[in-house]
Amino acid sequence: MSIIKAENVHYEYLSYDDDGKPAGTTTAVNGVSLDVEPGQFIGILGHNGSGKSTFAKHLNALLMPTEGTVWVEGSDTRDESRIWDIRQTAGMVFQNPDNQIIASVVEEDVGFGPENMGVPTEEIWERVDKALEVTGMTAYREHSPNRLSGGQKQRVAIAGVLAMKPKCIVLDEPTAMLDPAGRKEVLNALKALNKEEHITLIHITHYMNELTEADRIFVMDKGKIALFGTPREVFGQVEKMRELGMDVPQVTELAYELRKEGVDIREDILTADEMVEALCRSEQKM
Amino acid sequence: MPLRAENVSYTYSEGTAYEMKALNDASLEIKDGEFLGLIGHTGSGKSTLIQLFNGLIRPSSGRVLFNGEDIWANGYDRRKLRFHVGLVFQYPDHQLFETTVLKDVCFGPKNKGLSDEEAKEAAIQALKHVRVSESYFEKSPFDLSGGQKRRVAIAGVLAMEPEVLILDEPTAGLDPKGRDEILDTLNEMQDTRGISVVLVSHSMEDVAKYVDRLIVMNRGEIFCDGAPKEVFRQYKELEQIGLSAPQITYLMHELKNRGMNVDENAITVEEAKKSVLDALREKR
Repeated sequence: MSIIKAENVHYEYLSYDDDGKPAGTTTAVNGVSLDVEPGQFIGILGHNGSGKSTFAKHLNALLMPTEGTVWVEGSDTRDESRIWDIRQTAGMVFQNPDNQIIASVVEEDVGFGPENMGVPTEEIWERVDKALEVTGMTAYREHSPNRLSGGQKQRVAIAGVLAMKPKCIVLDEPTAMLDPAGRKEVLNALKALNKEEHITLIHITHYMNELTEADRIFVMDKGKIALFGTPREVFGQVEKMRELGMDVPQVTELAYELRKEGVDIREDILTADEMVEALCRSEQKM
Repeated sequence: MPLRAENVSYTYSEGTAYEMKALNDASLEIKDGEFLGLIGHTGSGKSTLIQLFNGLIRPSSGRVLFNGEDIWANGYDRRKLRFHVGLVFQYPDHQLFETTVLKDVCFGPKNKGLSDEEAKEAAIQALKHVRVSESYFEKSPFDLSGGQKRRVAIAGVLAMEPEVLILDEPTAGLDPKGRDEILDTLNEMQDTRGISVVLVSHSMEDVAKYVDRLIVMNRGEIFCDGAPKEVFRQYKELEQIGLSAPQITYLMHELKNRGMNVDENAITVEEAKKSVLDALREKR
């Protein structure tokens, strides 16, 4: 069974003028269908205003589709009796860690979710231990979150979601506000969750390099899915990606530019290592 | 008019249990018309330094000089300094507050003492400069997209016609297109208006592409200062302090190691393309 299934999802909202009268409807999501298998690492790209965040909020029932259906582990998100199960299955992490951390001590923050769910105290601590370990934050368990760096705070936020034992985590630009080291920390923690704990990841980002290891990437534009496929299939289409206001990794762009100059090189290169291999080979040929 | 920090140190919550030294004897001069990049991991002192430049905080020791004058000398008009040295914070939503875009951008110039008409004129100029179209002028700034809000916030500072424009991660959270537009605009302003631009950034690719001079901060000190090429040549040292180099830098060094005759100092896709093509053709 797919862990997340969206079928023809539309989301419209009303905008209001200064006097509070409805001024019109905006369609933020316009017919999105996708299927996510358990354990997959999914990337979602799209320019600001493409509808990706609005769509993401449908995946743990923060928003309900105006039309179409979202199922999380087979439960329709509109089924109110299932809402807590749905939110427990699909946890969410947002861009700004400061808005997600509530306690004054790291371990208490991480324990907040399970405590709220009525998990017995002993088990809460077990979950906190595990969540801190997986995110590499054990050493900071008794620290105050506001003394941590951005990357550390974001890892605490992820640990907090993890302690609720979700099967899937939806991350809405979790690295946007971090420095390179912070981004790497968070990304490594996410990869570990996916590979070792088999948690399904739906990762929304503007950093193309973070998605080179994804199973599939969806690129959104004007509320629809404009492009999808493996990272190679998606990034290999440099011109299409540019049209959509997206980047590709620097080496992919370089491969594209070199091809234009007549160099015989694959267009779907994603990493510096692949580029080195390809160039050394093409040099030998000449 | 150059802006200079001379041996500045700054300690937060001095004398308490939370005492933290954010800057330690740092000296830096921003020259006229320079496009300066400032990088460093979170907590390295970048934000403290730019707040010192704008006179928002007072150094624990050392001096900040604008045009040769100590901005903390008795009787110095720091309010005026902020019209010369404009600061755009990271979150535009925190800086926008008026009911319309135009009113929001007028706030600065009005504060500076311009008449309503003059302020409006300056605001329109600034909005045009950051390419916010007239159809947005009467809209609420809160109805705009992230990229547009960012432009309006920049226009608000620009309308005061500063000589130095300091921006704290102006592109964080923007999509690639929005990011390029903002950076191109900054580049153009530096070119046409001759103002100095200080760009605080976490994107090595962006600073590699745009800035003339790059300052790296670490633990409250200036770790290195030079042209981006010179700085990224030390990519191993940068990694040790939580930074990195553009992907291209790693590629070029590896190609060089494998015996290809490329310029390992290339830091942009364009430079790499040229260097790789030259190396391939030379072989032929």
